[in-house]
Amino acid sequence: MLQLKPDRLGHDDFVEQPIVVCGKVFRGDMSGALFWPAERALIVADLHLEKGSSFAAKGQMLPPYDTRDTLERLAHAIDRYQAETVIALGDSFHDASGPERMHADDLALLRMMQDHCEWIWITGNHDPAETGHLGGHVRQELTVEGLTFRHLPGPGHTTHEIAGHLHPAAKVSLNGLTLRRPCFVGNGLRLVLPAFGAYAGGLNVLDDAFASIVPADGLAIWLLGQEGLYPVAPRLLRGD
Amino acid sequence: MTTGKTRNGRPDAARRAKKPVRGERPAKTVKRESRSRHSPDAKEGVAIVGAPASAKAQSQTPASKQASARGATADLPEPFATFFATRGWTPRPHQMALIDAARARQSTLLVAPTGAGKTLAGFLPSLISLSGKGAGRIKGAGLRVLYISPLKALASDVARNLTAPIAEMELRIRTETRTGDTSVARRQRQRVRPPQILLTTPEQLALMLSHKDAPHLFADLETVILDELHALAASKRGDLLALDLARLRRHTAGLMAIGLSATVARPSELRAFLMPQERPDERLDLAHFVDAGAGPRPEVKILELDEPVPWSGHSARYAMEEIYKAIGRHRLAIVFVNTRMQAELVFQELWRVNEDGLPIALHHGSLEAGRRRRVEAAMAAGTLRAVVATSTLDLGIDWGDVDLVVHVGAPKGASRFTQRIGRANHRLDEPSRAILVPSNRFEVLECRAALEAADEGAQDAVLSRSGGLDVLAQHVLGMACAAPFDPTELYEEVRSAAPYAGLTRATFDRVVDFVATGGYALKSYDRFAKLRPDAEGKLRIAHPRFAQQYRLNAGTIVDSPLIRVRLVGARTAKRVTGQRALAGGRVLGEVDEGFVEQLVPGDTFVFAGEVVRFEGLRETDAFVSRASAQDPKIPSYGGGKFPLSTHLALRVRRILADETRWSRLPAPVFDWLELQRARSKIPGADEVLVETFPCDKRHHLVAYPFEGRLAHQTLGMLLTRRLERAGASPTGFVANDYGLSIWCMRDLSEMIARGKLDLARLFDVDMLGDDLDAWLAESSLMKRTFRLVAVVAGLIERRHPGREKSGRQVTFSTDLVYDVLRRHDPGHILLEAAWAEAATGLLDVARLGDFLERIRHRVRHVALSRVSPLSVPILLEIGREAVAQGGREDVLREAAEMLIREAAR
Repeated sequence: MLQLKPDRLGHDDFVEQPIVVCGKVFRGDMSGALFWPAERALIVADLHLEKGSSFAAKGQMLPPYDTRDTLERLAHAIDRYQAETVIALGDSFHDASGPERMHADDLALLRMMQDHCEWIWITGNHDPAETGHLGGHVRQELTVEGLTFRHLPGPGHTTHEIAGHLHPAAKVSLNGLTLRRPCFVGNGLRLVLPAFGAYAGGLNVLDDAFASIVPADGLAIWLLGQEGLYPVAPRLLRGD
Repeated sequence: MTTGKTRNGRPDAARRAKKPVRGERPAKTVKRESRSRHSPDAKEGVAIVGAPASAKAQSQTPASKQASARGATADLPEPFATFFATRGWTPRPHQMALIDAARARQSTLLVAPTGAGKTLAGFLPSLISLSGKGAGRIKGAGLRVLYISPLKALASDVARNLTAPIAEMELRIRTETRTGDTSVARRQRQRVRPPQILLTTPEQLALMLSHKDAPHLFADLETVILDELHALAASKRGDLLALDLARLRRHTAGLMAIGLSATVARPSELRAFLMPQERPDERLDLAHFVDAGAGPRPEVKILELDEPVPWSGHSARYAMEEIYKAIGRHRLAIVFVNTRMQAELVFQELWRVNEDGLPIALHHGSLEAGRRRRVEAAMAAGTLRAVVATSTLDLGIDWGDVDLVVHVGAPKGASRFTQRIGRANHRLDEPSRAILVPSNRFEVLECRAALEAADEGAQDAVLSRSGGLDVLAQHVLGMACAAPFDPTELYEEVRSAAPYAGLTRATFDRVVDFVATGGYALKSYDRFAKLRPDAEGKLRIAHPRFAQQYRLNAGTIVDSPLIRVRLVGARTAKRVTGQRALAGGRVLGEVDEGFVEQLVPGDTFVFAGEVVRFEGLRETDAFVSRASAQDPKIPSYGGGKFPLSTHLALRVRRILADETRWSRLPAPVFDWLELQRARSKIPGADEVLVETFPCDKRHHLVAYPFEGRLAHQTLGMLLTRRLERAGASPTGFVANDYGLSIWCMRDLSEMIARGKLDLARLFDVDMLGDDLDAWLAESSLMKRTFRLVAVVAGLIERRHPGREKSGRQVTFSTDLVYDVLRRHDPGHILLEAAWAEAATGLLDVARLGDFLERIRHRVRHVALSRVSPLSVPILLEIGREAVAQGGREDVLREAAEMLIREAAR
């Protein structure tokens, strides 16, 4: 299921990686977004917009730039792939009143992207339906070409699915150095996207939560780096 | 200086009674009693200490000159005179000098060596004043004396030792302690009905000052005593204490501050700390100064053996038999080491040779607190013969009848060494005894330098620091919790604290803005502001819950994320699959997260004196089982937590540069230096030697700045960047306290010969500009520093009402916050604070700058055809130290390429 890059490994060869789910070919981007060339669709999960202001409202003044940072990275990915559709896989806002707290500039940036793309909000557990008045379609889940896009990964060995919610991250040890980064995790039949939000944390893929949905057999991991997306052998993974 | 040796007056009979016959253990009860009542010198700074009348006449310490007109006990009022007289004691001159200063209400710094009765000197004036007539007039809650100690254990110890004489003299003075361990009910009671003397810590003081009733509580305060001030002053806790001292002065007029300190190189900084700085723009006001004079010259020797000293490493395994024999010849020895891991290793090695089964214990900061307390109790009870310890035993408290200090590894700083030697100070007519055990060849030079410094009584200069902005932010919120404040008034108050004397109004206002709304360029949090102006323009907290948040998160000590180590049975560990079923197990202690991250299940390491096998990690618990492995996988660690001090570094360079002094070095070291001179060059005292040579298919550049590991690591990172730009293809570097080596693919000697690499340019001081900024912004070190600053400043909560955040969770989220803040608000005050802190602390940028200035046009290059003798210890560190390479990303690239190669097969 790993469609690996050919012989020469140059500097740019890791910016994106092919990821296959049930025969459909996607391009995983180092930003954490997933591009579907056949549909010209860009898929992102767990934006958690306005997480900073959500904390500020409770007295913890986290820098108020997370929404801007997240949207700018998203705009950049849309540009790079010339996407025509954006699918946000839920938890797009950190809490239900997030949209009201958005800064005007950030709102304008979002509108601009929506003007260029068909926009689909999949609802998540943090943001049931309130994203509606921001424009775009709101769906609980979406099925295209036999693949289902939803927030919560389905139970057991569900296949034909692309989901978010779990914020997968992987820890890799090699040559005495250890790195922990968000990652894509899948097995060729389903895929869980990393959280795209600037303040979204990560859950180790060796955690129980993943064991029940992606069996160790056939597990595939792509780590997000500063300069690329890196497929990594499961045996290099470490628990937290 | 004859009386210098009889520092602590005590009748001979008492001394004899105390001294146990070798091999015979004195009964516990007798010893206990003698410690509290008859053996003042046994207590560093906490016992009743006078000088025998007979010795007084010979006393010529500086303090005695100041107090020479006094007629000793004649001036002590009753019942103090009787109390001293019945013991045959005379107050020490510095004690009388402090009584004089107190009569004049002068804030005073007392500098005295270990064991000179500092603490009694600090309390004596207050005890006299409290016992006198008219002591009952109070306008507030009746708290008269506040004693602040850096350690809660020290506060409790001092309390115990005050209670006895107070009871004996039948003084009506109530003394209590207040620490994090004090019950909530008792703490509340103390705020309503405080004792006359309260012994506490800087953090507790900050909390008391954040309450509304602080003006009433502190209205009667006359004296504040700051113990071990040298250990507190130049740190964030010191910053907090200075701010709190400034606030105390607003609550009570004419507050007298008494600072007690070990010998320091520049007492003026501590003297300024004690005084309110009324005109910070013009001058620093200094407190009165009493110097008790030096103690007896310690007897220090460097262990010399026929065995050659190892080239590198820190285990001192070669000397273990000898150390063991020395322990056997003494009653109680402390074996000091520089790091916790070194402590574990030395402890293992000592037990390996412990044929007589001597009771030897282990004491370091990672061990569970209960274990440490038991070791301390056993030391005091005299049931131990040796304790292997780190800096946890450096400070304050009396740890029993120690008569020998062994220092394994070089002491890194002259002042720390003096302090540690002072732990063996119990025979007042005998000097402290210490043995220095260098663990490698460079350390032989460093030990020699430390010994010379100790002989001369020379100290390291404590770097003066300007107060941390993160600490100020915490303080501002605390003051807002106490009462609404006027910003101008608070600014003036803050500037009266010496560390903040240079604070500008603009910076202060940014800190206040940070506390109120986060201080961001993007003003979107005004509606959530924590501080709001009231009708009079004073700032008050917007909601009582912010006070609750403040009290849960106050304090400046941010522990690095710690992982609890739990011991489980090997069978349990085997039966379970993976880490998921691990649970329970006895807690052995705690280790840094960074260490555990490097472990793979099955790895063995030494912890709490046992070889254990790592089984797995679950949340904040690491599970280990007992392992049978003889040779544990000891983690890599640097030469020590503390880098070589500037003072000692200079001495080391001088010893090296002056061949006439080599003859005093052990023969193998002498031969080593001779060989270096023949093959390469000896670095001069004011230049830097740079060698280039091929070795093992790589080309090395080795430099010997002698500026300490931190500065060298920073230098290594920066030189690597520059060499990369010059096309030398560097692939890694390693640094220790003495020098660094960078290895490259290109032939450096040839590049230099052809003029393609200019060493003078390479070492130019301008590397501290853009190169440093660019590297620092991405470094994990900066992220770590940012975390500390963000937590202290209150941006990230350690605890939230109702839920506790573990260190691990904090680490992850601050990294994200750091990245976002740096991209969108690079001028933010917390980034500025973090940069300042990293530059002074972890990176030693200032020191590196001084070095680069010093060696400008003094880079002496030698091209060699093979490894030089001097470089061997540095090269041997390769592989032992994790190579701090720039591109952490390379790991992922390599992992990906591995997978691709495997898949292609």
